[in-house]
Amino acid sequence: MNGCGRAFVAVLRRDLVIGFRHRSELGNPVVFNIIVALLFIFALGNDPVILGRLAAAIIWVCAVLASTLSLERLFTPDYEDGTLEQLLLSAQPLPLLVAAKILAHWLLCGLPLVVAALLLGVLLYLPQPGYPPLLLTLLLGTPVFSLLGALLAALTVGLRGSGVLLALLILPLYIPVLIFAVAAVSDAVHGLSIAGQIYFLASLFVLALTLLPFATAATLRLRLG
Amino acid sequence: MRMLEPFYKFSSPQHFYRLSTVLAPWLGWLAVALFTTGLTGGLLLAPPDYQQGESVRIIYVHVPSAWMSLFVYVLMAAAGVAGLVWNVKVADAVARASAPLGAMFTFLALATGSLWGKPMWGTWWVWDARLTSELVLLFLYLGYMALQNAIEDRRMAARAGAVLALVGVVNIPIIHYSVEWWSTLHQPASISRIGAPAIHISMLVPLLVMALAFTFYYVAAVLVRARCELLEAEAGSQWAQAAAATAAERP
Repeated sequence: MNGCGRAFVAVLRRDLVIGFRHRSELGNPVVFNIIVALLFIFALGNDPVILGRLAAAIIWVCAVLASTLSLERLFTPDYEDGTLEQLLLSAQPLPLLVAAKILAHWLLCGLPLVVAALLLGVLLYLPQPGYPPLLLTLLLGTPVFSLLGALLAALTVGLRGSGVLLALLILPLYIPVLIFAVAAVSDAVHGLSIAGQIYFLASLFVLALTLLPFATAATLRLRLG
Repeated sequence: MRMLEPFYKFSSPQHFYRLSTVLAPWLGWLAVALFTTGLTGGLLLAPPDYQQGESVRIIYVHVPSAWMSLFVYVLMAAAGVAGLVWNVKVADAVARASAPLGAMFTFLALATGSLWGKPMWGTWWVWDARLTSELVLLFLYLGYMALQNAIEDRRMAARAGAVLALVGVVNIPIIHYSVEWWSTLHQPASISRIGAPAIHISMLVPLLVMALAFTFYYVAAVLVRARCELLEAEAGSQWAQAAAATAAERP
C-alpha cells in the first residue's frame, strides 16, 4: 500500500477507534431517531393503516433529523484539539483524508440509522414490499447526507451556536434526497417501478462522492488557513 | 493588463465608494420613474384579464420580484466567486449587501403569489412547484444571512458565504426539479393553471417596465448597502475616515 492509502486507513482507523471509545455518544443519534419516531406515533395514534401509509415519510424525516444532529461531531472535536490543523499540514492530499473522515462518520452515524430504520419499519407497520427499497434508499441517501453535511460542517466549524446554524443550512439541501427516497418506498408499496428514483438517488450519490470531498477540503483550508 | 486597469480601479473600495455615491441617487430616481410608469401602465392602462379579471394586475409586482429573487442569488454567488478567487473586496461587499435584498424579493414574490392565489385558487397557499421552490430559496437566503451574522471576521464571513452561495447555485436546479417532480406526483389535477401561455403586448410592456424598475431599484439599493458595508469593513483606513467625515459635513 502506498502512502496515500496508508494515510486514508490511518485516519479512518483513528476516527473509528475514537468513535468506539465514546460508545455512549455513538448511540445518541439512534436513540434520538427512535424517540422522534415515537413522538410521531403518539401524535398520529396507533392506527396500523395510517401509520403504514406514513411509515416511509416518518422514517426518512427521523433519519434526516438524526443525521443532522450528528454532523457537528465530524470536525468540531478535531478542531478543538488541533488535530484538524495537523491534517491540513499533512503531506497527503487533504481531500483523501477528508474522505476517510466522512467514511468513518458514515460508518459510525449513518449505518446505525439504516439499521434503526428497519426496526422503525416494524414499529410503524411498513408494508412488506417497502423494506427492500427502504434499505436501498437509505444506503444511497445517508452517504449523501454525510458528504453534504461534511461540507457545511467544515463551513461552520468553530462558530458559536454552530449546531442550530448547521441544521438551518443543511436541511433545505436534503430536500431532493428526501423526496425521491420516500417516493421510491411508497411506489414500491403500491407495486410500481422505482427504477427512476433509485437512479436519481444513485446519481446524487455519485455526484456528491466525486465533488464534495474536494469542496470540503477547500472549505477547511478557507476556514482555518 | 492595461485593458483591465479600469476594472482594477473600480474594484478598489475607494473608487467604488466614490462612484456609488454619484451613481446611486441617479439610479434610484430612474427606478422611481420606472416604477411610476410601470405601475400606471399595469394598474390603470393595461386591460384586465378575460379570465382572471383585475386580479391579474398583481403579476406586475409578482413576476418581477420572482425574477429578481433568482437573479440576485446568482449574482450573489458570482460576486462571491469574484471575492474568493480574485480577492475583490468590493465583490464581497456586494454579495453581503445583496442577501437581504434577495430575501426581500423572494418574500415579496411569495406574499404576492399567495394574495393572488386566494381569489384564483381559492386558497392562500398551494404546494405548487414554483411556490415551493421559491419558499426553499427563501430558506437558502436566510441561511446565508445567518452564516454571515455568525462569523465576526468579515473576510472569513465573505469567503464562507461565497462557498455557501455556490453550493446553493448548484443545488437550486436539483431542488427545483425534484420539487417539480414531487408536486406533479402529489397535486390533484383539480388545480389547473389559469391563463394563456402567451401574453398580450399591452400587458407585456408594463411587465417589462416593472422588471427594469425592480432591477434599477436593486442596483441602487445594493450600491448604497455595499458602500456602507465597505465603510464598516475598512473603518480603520484613511479613505474611509475621510469619507465618513465628508458625509457628516454634508447638510
